[in-house]
Amino acid sequence: MVIYSVYVVNKAGGLIYQYDNYVPRAEAEKTFSYPLDLILKHHDEKVIVSFGQRDGIRVGHAVLSINGVDVMGKSTAEGKDILEYLKDPSNYPVSIRFGRARLSSNEKLMLASMFHSLFAIGSQLSPEVGSSGIEMLETDVFKLHCYQTLTGIKFIVLADPRQSGIDALLRKIYEIYSDFALKNPFYSLEMPIRCELFDQNLKSSLEVAEKAGNFGAGS
Amino acid sequence: MTVHNLYIFDRNGNCLYYNEWNRKKQAGISKEEEYKLMYGMLFSIRSFVSKMSPLDMKDGFLSFHTSKYRLHYYETPSGLKFVMNTDLSVSNARETLQHIYSNLYVEYIVKNPVCVLGQSLDSELFSSRLDAFIRALPYYSPRAA
Repeated sequence: MVIYSVYVVNKAGGLIYQYDNYVPRAEAEKTFSYPLDLILKHHDEKVIVSFGQRDGIRVGHAVLSINGVDVMGKSTAEGKDILEYLKDPSNYPVSIRFGRARLSSNEKLMLASMFHSLFAIGSQLSPEVGSSGIEMLETDVFKLHCYQTLTGIKFIVLADPRQSGIDALLRKIYEIYSDFALKNPFYSLEMPIRCELFDQNLKSSLEVAEKAGNFGAGS
Repeated sequence: MTVHNLYIFDRNGNCLYYNEWNRKKQAGISKEEEYKLMYGMLFSIRSFVSKMSPLDMKDGFLSFHTSKYRLHYYETPSGLKFVMNTDLSVSNARETLQHIYSNLYVEYIVKNPVCVLGQSLDSELFSSRLDAFIRALPYYSPRAA
């Protein structure tokens, strides 16, 4: 029962706070000999697997490190292009680590703004009168909960689908926001939240919610 | 307990079928625009979910709910998308949508030599069977105004 991350979005749609509580790292490291039986391609400044899913390496996984050295985007740590490097038989056998690519800050900003728009479209396309935006979005591996306050701030929590008590957690995060961010005289509204007390209290309330969620879903 | 409406999209984003049973509020835009907006929203949600997901996903996006309705989503491996809006009491309509695909769409559209796949579904038999199926669902009840 885990809570993966928390995002706070201001009323213009910009991300003002982001915290990753638990980032599962599903990675697979394998040694390969020439020729490589996976097909790799460039995507978004990364090298990802486009075909050849096997042994824990899935389509969409990115190249994280080669021979133990972390890669930098499309090139190795020494600056050589990865696809060129892997086409050269003299570089083999090579050990490559694949896994889900971590989101960069820019990507998180874009995703938060994307959700802000999707939230509004969910309300517009409603077949019922007076609908709010998207309050909960469900997939097979996570549930995204969103609480929009009267002032337009959205608190978004990504959690395990079986985790309970997220509604109470969202209200609690709003309370923590109003206590430690809004009442902070040095904090400007709608700006990124950089308040230590907010971080600390958020972390402890996430721990409380995870433990409480375990009791609730145990039966 | 009720079903509001149902959309079927093909892999290119064309709306093949739409029907409504208990819709209270129209979107305020023309039907064509509404189909495009719905498809665009789903496309964006799928892309959003695949980037945000902390783990590798198998089925992907399943449903979302707001304060008044729930949207259920089912996509076939061929890119056909079934979207159903119901009220909040229906928690899982995935099997319903799978049934609509395998027992209604495949039977009455795919196996119909006259129906051209990729164009609007105008098979009378499909429409009437689908309507009867929806009305027979345990969670469907025509709401009194």
